[in-house]
Amino acid sequence: MANSHQLKRVDFIFRNENDWEKVLSSTIKKKPNELINELISSELKGRGGAGFPTGLKWKYTSEEESDEKYIICNADEGEPGTFKDREILSKVPYKVLTAMAVCGYVTGATKGFIYLRGEYKFLEAELNKEIAEFEYYCNEINFDFKISIFMGSGAYICGEETALMESMEGRRGEPRNKPPFPTQVGYMGKPTVINNVETLVHTYTIFKYGAKKFYDLGVQYSRGTKLFSVSGDTPKPGIYELELGMSLQDFVYEFGDGDTKAVQVGGASGFLVPRKKFKDAAIGFKGKLTGISLPTGGSMMLFNSSRSMFNVLDNYLEFFREESCGQCTPCRVGCQQLLLGIKAVKRGDKPALYLDKLMRLTETMQLTAKCGLGQSVANSFSSIVENFREEMIY
Amino acid sequence: MANKVNISINGFPVDIEKGKTILEAAEEQGITIPTLCYHKDLCVAGNCRVCVVEVAGQGRLSAACATPCEDGMEILTNSLKVRNSRKHIIELLLAEHNADCTKCYRNGNCELQILASDYKIMTQDFIELVPLKKYSIDMFSPSIIKDDSKCIRCQRCVRTCAELQGVNALTVAHKGDEMKITTFFEKHMRDVVCTNCGQCVNHCPTGALVEKNYIEEVWEAIANPNKHVVVQTAPAVRVGLGEELGLEAGSRVTGQMVAALKRLGFDSVLDTDFTADLTIIEEGTELLTRLKKVLVDGDKNVKLPMATSCSPGWIKYMEHLYPEHLDHLSTCKSPQQMFGALAKTYYAKARNIEPNKIVSVSIMPCTAKKFEAFRPEMHDSGYRDVDYVLTTRELAILIKQAGLDFDKLEPVKYDRLMGESTGAGVIFGVTGGVMEAALRTVYEIVTGREVPFDNLNIKPVRGMEAIKEATIKIEKPLKEWAFLDGIEVKCAVAHGLVNAKTVMDAVKAGKADYHFIEFMGCPGGCLGGGGQPIPTNAKIREKRAEAIYAEDGALTLRKSHENSEVAKLYKDFLGKPLGAKSHKLLHTKYTKRQRY
Amino acid sequence: MDSIQSLIKNLADQHGRKRESLLPIMQAVVEQENYLSEYSMVEIAREVDIPAADVYGTATFYSFIETKPAGKYIIRICKTIACVMKGKNQVLFAIQDMLKIKLGETTPDKRFSLLESNCLGWCHKAPAMLINNEVYTELTPEKVREILSDYMRKNGQY
Ligand SMILES: Cc1cc2nc3c(=O)[nH]c(=O)nc-3n(C[C@H](O)[C@H](O)[C@H](O)COP(=O)(O)O)c2cc1C
Ligand code: SF4
Ligand code: SF4
Ligand code: SF4
Ligand code: SF4
Ligand code: FES
Ligand code: FES
Repeated sequence: MANSHQLKRVDFIFRNENDWEKVLSSTIKKKPNELINELISSELKGRGGAGFPTGLKWKYTSEEESDEKYIICNADEGEPGTFKDREILSKVPYKVLTAMAVCGYVTGATKGFIYLRGEYKFLEAELNKEIAEFEYYCNEINFDFKISIFMGSGAYICGEETALMESMEGRRGEPRNKPPFPTQVGYMGKPTVINNVETLVHTYTIFKYGAKKFYDLGVQYSRGTKLFSVSGDTPKPGIYELELGMSLQDFVYEFGDGDTKAVQVGGASGFLVPRKKFKDAAIGFKGKLTGISLPTGGSMMLFNSSRSMFNVLDNYLEFFREESCGQCTPCRVGCQQLLLGIKAVKRGDKPALYLDKLMRLTETMQLTAKCGLGQSVANSFSSIVENFREEMIY
Repeated sequence: MANKVNISINGFPVDIEKGKTILEAAEEQGITIPTLCYHKDLCVAGNCRVCVVEVAGQGRLSAACATPCEDGMEILTNSLKVRNSRKHIIELLLAEHNADCTKCYRNGNCELQILASDYKIMTQDFIELVPLKKYSIDMFSPSIIKDDSKCIRCQRCVRTCAELQGVNALTVAHKGDEMKITTFFEKHMRDVVCTNCGQCVNHCPTGALVEKNYIEEVWEAIANPNKHVVVQTAPAVRVGLGEELGLEAGSRVTGQMVAALKRLGFDSVLDTDFTADLTIIEEGTELLTRLKKVLVDGDKNVKLPMATSCSPGWIKYMEHLYPEHLDHLSTCKSPQQMFGALAKTYYAKARNIEPNKIVSVSIMPCTAKKFEAFRPEMHDSGYRDVDYVLTTRELAILIKQAGLDFDKLEPVKYDRLMGESTGAGVIFGVTGGVMEAALRTVYEIVTGREVPFDNLNIKPVRGMEAIKEATIKIEKPLKEWAFLDGIEVKCAVAHGLVNAKTVMDAVKAGKADYHFIEFMGCPGGCLGGGGQPIPTNAKIREKRAEAIYAEDGALTLRKSHENSEVAKLYKDFLGKPLGAKSHKLLHTKYTKRQRY
Repeated sequence: MDSIQSLIKNLADQHGRKRESLLPIMQAVVEQENYLSEYSMVEIAREVDIPAADVYGTATFYSFIETKPAGKYIIRICKTIACVMKGKNQVLFAIQDMLKIKLGETTPDKRFSLLESNCLGWCHKAPAMLINNEVYTELTPEKVREILSDYMRKNGQY
């Protein structure tokens, strides 16, 4: 394959570097514009799932006129099969803090928040110590940037950026209408940059080593490295930093147990790839040149031949049914229909053809749901039902 | 062109004002996009998704209600993709919905039903979710029935209660498949802060929130030969009823309404406007007495500003949210309750009917009045002063059931005793009306001259502005009122409880130096009441307000103190304003309630 | 002022009396009281000056804000796929067996409540559970029995 390459492990993110003070003080000597251009030229895209170009996000926010702006680090990490952000925050939190401060410098914000999922409460105390140390240094160099932690309370949907802001504002985590986007109207109605934990760490790498170093890794449309959370039927579960653009074939060769039947890329809201498509699939953002390209927040879950794909889908749908915020019709009712529907087919209460009606329903959900949650239920549903139809019926 | 964007809708290019949504643009072009969660009175939620349209070049569909037009947009409102998605969404809503339309109060006037019918949803392929849900019906409130099995979770009621009323009795609770509309701790509506205003009922697209109806009870009373059934009609009903019977918004149907009520078999058709005029005499006197006590006697126990008390939604709101400030309220009962108390005393005596034979019915634009009639203290005649309260909508149902061709009815006049009214009584139905009526009378009592406004129209208190203020300087008062000489009487008017909150917070903080404030629970006043025809929105409220003022303008008597029946009432029965009998029958006390 | 009132007053002093303060305050009350009672919600509504219905609606959105009485130790076992694949059900049975309660229940001595939760972010060390804020991973029936025994001992049982 032209646009994919051999699996390559890299070590940027967790490389322990005790020079964040230097990185911070030297970076904020550059002009905001320079930094934005550096980011844009690195072609870094968001690692939280949606893959929006980070440089542009910062640029848009920097261009907004406002008395107040905010930087939010999205550490809600709720996608099943994803656990890399936790590792970052426990191993190299200072990189995240530094990146947030630089982002504040670039966009004109002086206040940052880390939205930490309730499940990671145990990280809070340590992180607060890091923040105190960090702010102490900022104070020393006369740099005005404050960071505080906002704890989530067990709601997957609060990872969605606008739901997250609703949650921080003390309300139910119901996603907002877009437009306007957070870069214009974000937290408390002010322009806001919201980035995933890992995205922020990549900006640290870029500011420290330069955009070229980052750009040279990966493939077209999918530059740099990415953290992968590997779980399921694998002898080597864990967190790995790999160059983007690898083929799934190579990945399974490295991480599979020899009997891999399918891989779920991107968690419950991602895609299931069956063995026969491993070699055509590359991991990276959508682009014209790649075959099947699979954007992902980094969850890679392997299933071997002992697993029932019906059970997998059933588990995902139950997840969505509960974790949907419930405000919009296609998602709230759609998730219930899908879950009950596959059970009915399995029991024989509905004919196998009913699966096709459900597939059309997921299309409607994708077209009409208010936010990414409802829109992406179709991903796992259709990829599982298409590829493992028999398992759904018998 | 700077503030215009160029778009095309279904292939036809149009210029649209910048900032307008796709929905508004389509409406301008005469294209209806179906909606459910959208309501002109409320902020945009964008959650039902039936309004989705296709925008060329975008993979996903966009919610027309929530998407601003941008230059160059090519919009398709009825493509195959749109239709299929929309149908799916309606089907999904129905799968969750107890769609037994024939047994539903909103049958025939339900936005979901219309959509299902327009899109010809003839089958139900999806799995019926209703049997799996533990839907409950709350029938404990005397005003409102809440049936969760009919709720489409559009959150219109929640936004109404928060944005228009500032009460926040309703909320969305839980998430995912369990998400529902409920109250604090899922208590019954009667046990929470709800004011019974019925705005949520008026804004609900389905039968999930409806008024508690007393239609059968009223028919039974009418059919009972041993009962004398009197009916009173509130001012705002006459400018709303027509709408419910197919006429244009703002149709004035006073005479036909009276004719219809007679044909329905009511023994006496009377006017709440009569007691509105009476209210002005009592309340006006109360205001002057308070002014005297404060300004002359320095009585610290008497509170200013004095607040009107004719809107029971507003009263309950005060009882819940400002329990420490109840002494700002006038002690006057609402016109409905004054009427009720007199019907079974004064009227009974004058007509020589035993009070226990009288059934007193009122037709109101309001659901809070149902609750008010149920208040234990509203028994001053020795009986339940008002037996049944029907909304404007319920009256329309009676008229339809009786098979009356409303349009063809010859207008007739109200019966007498307690059927006379002035223009001042009529304008009770619109925000600012009570204030205007009071000023017309009070100014004249104090100075002996007409209130100094062109043709008695006190313009500063008219209109739909959230909070209105007016100041009237008293000059050359009669001797008795000399202490008011040179005083500027400061008045304020607020309608919709969210605006009432603004004013009350100022009063609470001691930052409001008004003497007199009119509060009405509903936006626009009673003409926008929770019992008025659905839909109601700003445009419709304007039309009804015009009708009310036209009604006032058309009357020869336009000041409450000119009402000869009121004068007779004092002469024959009450004695004097604020006298002992008035106190017993026309005034009331208030109850402190839990804020939550 | 009773203890809940003063707790909430202190929390409001600390976190502020704005709508944004609501979640931190609710979290802290749950941390103290194990759950958010009707009374606590009324007090929060009063103290922060927001509608009680909104407190309820917001609280019930978040699965970590318990609104029913709960035990001192809330066990949340992950029920998402990676943990299911690695034997979450056996672990759950072991817990139920040992505590003699079913999912959603609290032991009569009010020490333990047993709940399920979605992915906890430890899929590579599945199955995983939380006991309050403490994480336990790579669980087996034996391991979970040991963990619970420790908790019981801490509390003077046995
Ligand atoms: C249902 C849903 C859940 C999400 N959860 C997360 C999350 O846990 N962490 C995250 O960083 N982004 C999450 N996102 C994506 C965010 O909305 C947003 O795109 C992201 O935080 C932007 O940061 P990035 O550009 O750095 O990726 C989620 C999106 C959706 C629709
Ligand atoms: S798609 Fe689902 S999660 Fe997103 S807004 Fe709609 S109901 Fe809420
Ligand atoms: S709410 Fe509407 S659709 Fe539902 S049963 Fe009533 S009339 Fe029919
Ligand atoms: S009747 Fe009025 S106060 Fe009560 S819930 Fe409805 S809108 Fe709110
Ligand atoms: S009760 Fe009516 S207005 Fe409220 S959410 Fe349900 S359907 Fe909508
Ligand atoms: S009307 Fe637009 S989403 Fe409901
Ligand atoms: S699936 Fe259990 S921790 Fe992720």
